[in-house]
Amino acid sequence: MEYHLSTPLKKEDIEELNAGDIVYISGTVLTARDEAHARILELKEEGKELPFSLEGAAIYHCGPLMQQTDGKWRVVAAGPTTSDRMSKMTPALLENFNVRVLIGKGGMNNVADAMKEKCVYLAYTGGCAALASGSIKNVPAVHWLDLGMPEAVWELEVNEFGPLIVGIDTKGKDLFTSIKEKARSSFLKL
Amino acid sequence: MTLDMVTSMVTYKNVVEATVDIIREAETQLPDDVIDALKNARQNESSDVARSQIDAILKNIDIASNNNIPLCQDTGILIFYVEIGRELKLDIDLKGAILEASRIATQEVPLRPNAVHPITRSNSSDNTGDGLPDIKYDFVEGDQLKITVAPKGAGSENMSALKMMNPTELKDIRKFILETVLNAGGRPCPPIIVGVGIGGSFDKAARLAKAALLRKVTDMNDEEKGILKDINSLGIGPMGLGGDTTALAVHLATSYCHTASLPVAINIQCWANRHASVVLGGDE
Repeated sequence: MEYHLSTPLKKEDIEELNAGDIVYISGTVLTARDEAHARILELKEEGKELPFSLEGAAIYHCGPLMQQTDGKWRVVAAGPTTSDRMSKMTPALLENFNVRVLIGKGGMNNVADAMKEKCVYLAYTGGCAALASGSIKNVPAVHWLDLGMPEAVWELEVNEFGPLIVGIDTKGKDLFTSIKEKARSSFLKL
Repeated sequence: MTLDMVTSMVTYKNVVEATVDIIREAETQLPDDVIDALKNARQNESSDVARSQIDAILKNIDIASNNNIPLCQDTGILIFYVEIGRELKLDIDLKGAILEASRIATQEVPLRPNAVHPITRSNSSDNTGDGLPDIKYDFVEGDQLKITVAPKGAGSENMSALKMMNPTELKDIRKFILETVLNAGGRPCPPIIVGVGIGGSFDKAARLAKAALLRKVTDMNDEEKGILKDINSLGIGPMGLGGDTTALAVHLATSYCHTASLPVAINIQCWANRHASVVLGGDE
């Protein structure tokens, strides 16, 4: 099945998605990698407000290559980064915020339970940064640039961003894990 | 496509300019042998999802090349291989020229500033820093200077492995390679290229593995083809979403080593096996 979603996302928007479906997203996605995840959780712990809203948000595991001309930021290339680096911080993120979509590459470990009835993981083809930049129309804001260009939180306005493959759905089905399990049994037979 | 043209004299300015050019070429254009291997893989794939991933990759290669923009936002850390002809009179600050070219390329290509201090994680903003770019020098015959750049992204680099094996465990080398690819799964952006260094020493094995990635994709002997077949039988597929193409190539490189050791290093490279070269001097 193919779905076209818009942000902010409601729980109902993602409940019908199944692992293996194809999704395109329009609206706003927020980039966040290792350092941004750590800071989000740190501020939450201290009871402080974030400078952006994660309600119904789509988080993109991405450290974009940006260029600033005449004070305006422009995306040069913005493909996904390895999502698994964020696996350990993701259950706490989902416990505290209603993030509905995670976009990245390579899959994640031990997050399917935390994502149940809350959030889906969508895989974008790794390395396809030039392709991705074509569907990013605008850069409304950047937060935490002190973390460096790759680790900052960039608000990206996207139009029909995809194709994204549903890797983990809200029912706990994880495409990457089932492929990895099959690979492991093939390995043992070799 | 390569810039293997004998063009200019070895002056500081020429080295800087030629190095900026090869950085731009490597970041925006994939070598033809890699593109051909991806196209072949696309034809032989039996899975729809796998084909969709390779289609996206091929489309991305076209867009990057046509618009002169980096293939991947992870423009990597810059690894240089410098071959100095032993008859060449070299009286310039070669390292300084390569560093300057890296800074210029960061602005002009542009490249993502990726170089950070390992502990404080503070970003130098220009892709240089104590120890980076990594420049390897070698002396060769002749009177020319050859510079090769191979930008290396972290997604695939992080999935690499090194093991000091027991010399009698020779049979386990293949198992170690397969296990490393299996554990990596979709994380290093498959279809991957697997460089394997066998022998040498702790660090030499790793250097051999990395340099093996520069070889032509199709340049494989029967042993390498056999390992490739085993890897692809795992079914990890493009991006770990399942399929017949987990790797495009396996390249083994060996070196004599101590009688009591068997170092084995595996350097994983994503599908974007970026590299470009230039040759200077020797034209008078």
